[in-house]
Amino acid sequence: MKELSLNLLDIARNSIEAGATSLTLELCETDLKLAVSITDNGSGMDEQTCRRALDPFFTTRVTRRVGLGLPLLKMRAEMTGGSFSIVSAPGEGTRISADFIKSAPDFVPLGDIASTVVSIISASPDLSLRFVHTLPDREVLLDTDLLREKLEALPLCTPEVLCWISEYLNSQYL
Amino acid sequence: MKMTIDMLNEIRDKYKDSVTIRKHADGTKVIVAMGTCGIAAGAREVLKTFVEEIHGVNDITVGQSGCVGDCANEPIVRVVTPGKDTVTYIKVTPEKAKRIAAEHVLGGKPIAEYQA
Repeated sequence: MKELSLNLLDIARNSIEAGATSLTLELCETDLKLAVSITDNGSGMDEQTCRRALDPFFTTRVTRRVGLGLPLLKMRAEMTGGSFSIVSAPGEGTRISADFIKSAPDFVPLGDIASTVVSIISASPDLSLRFVHTLPDREVLLDTDLLREKLEALPLCTPEVLCWISEYLNSQYL
Repeated sequence: MKMTIDMLNEIRDKYKDSVTIRKHADGTKVIVAMGTCGIAAGAREVLKTFVEEIHGVNDITVGQSGCVGDCANEPIVRVVTPGKDTVTYIKVTPEKAKRIAAEHVLGGKPIAEYQA
C-alpha cells in the first residue's frame, strides 16, 4: 500500500462492515505532522476484541485468516515516531486515531485522498460521511448529507455524481 | 472556475425525468472486491476507472465487496447480469477495466482472456 490514503480506505471499510451509518474522516495537517482520525457509529468492540484487532492473525472475515488493516496503520504511524490509538465500546462505535511525523524517512505520503473518499461513498451511498482535511492554508470539507440535500432522489453512487465529487475535492486542493 | 455544491442542482435536474434511477436492482452490477488485499493490489484505481467509463448509463451499478478469498489474483471484478452467469475477472488493471467496461459491461461480450 504505497499511500496512506489506501490504509484509510481499508479502515473506513471496517466501519461500514461494522454497520456504521455515520463516519467522520478527519485529517489535521501541519508542516510537521499529520493527524488522522476515523470515527464511526458502528457496532464497536469490547476490550478484548480491540486488542485482538491489532493482531495481524485475527480477523472477523471468513475468507482468510489474516486482518492486516489496523496492524499496518499502527505500524506506519509508530515507525515515524507518531502514535496510534483505538477507542471503542460495544454499541458506542469506534474511533481510530493515528499521528504521523512527516519528516521521518518512513512516512508514507497521504496520496490520493479524494479517490479514497469517493470509494467510501461508492461502498456505502447512504452513509453520512463527513470528510475534513485541515491544512495550514485551508480547510477541505465534504459532507454527504449536504450533497444528498441537493441531489434529492438521485443516489450518490450514480457514476456522474461520483465523478463530480472527485473533481470537486481535487479542486479544493489546488 | 470555483466548484461549488450548487452545481449538483444541474446533475440532479438532468436525471430528474429519468425513469431508470429506480431500476438499479434490475441492471448489470460491476462488483470490485475491496478487501485489504484488493486495495493493496490497486482495486481503488480499478473502481475509479469503471465509474468513469460507465458515466451516464443509468441501470448499471458499480459496487464493492469485501475480500473474496483469492488474494493472489487481486484486483478481482465480478460482472453480474440478471439472467446470465456471473463473470469473474482477475488481476484487473485500469487498462483492462476500460476494455471490460466497453466490451462486456456496455457491449455485452465477456472477455475470456481476462478471466481465471
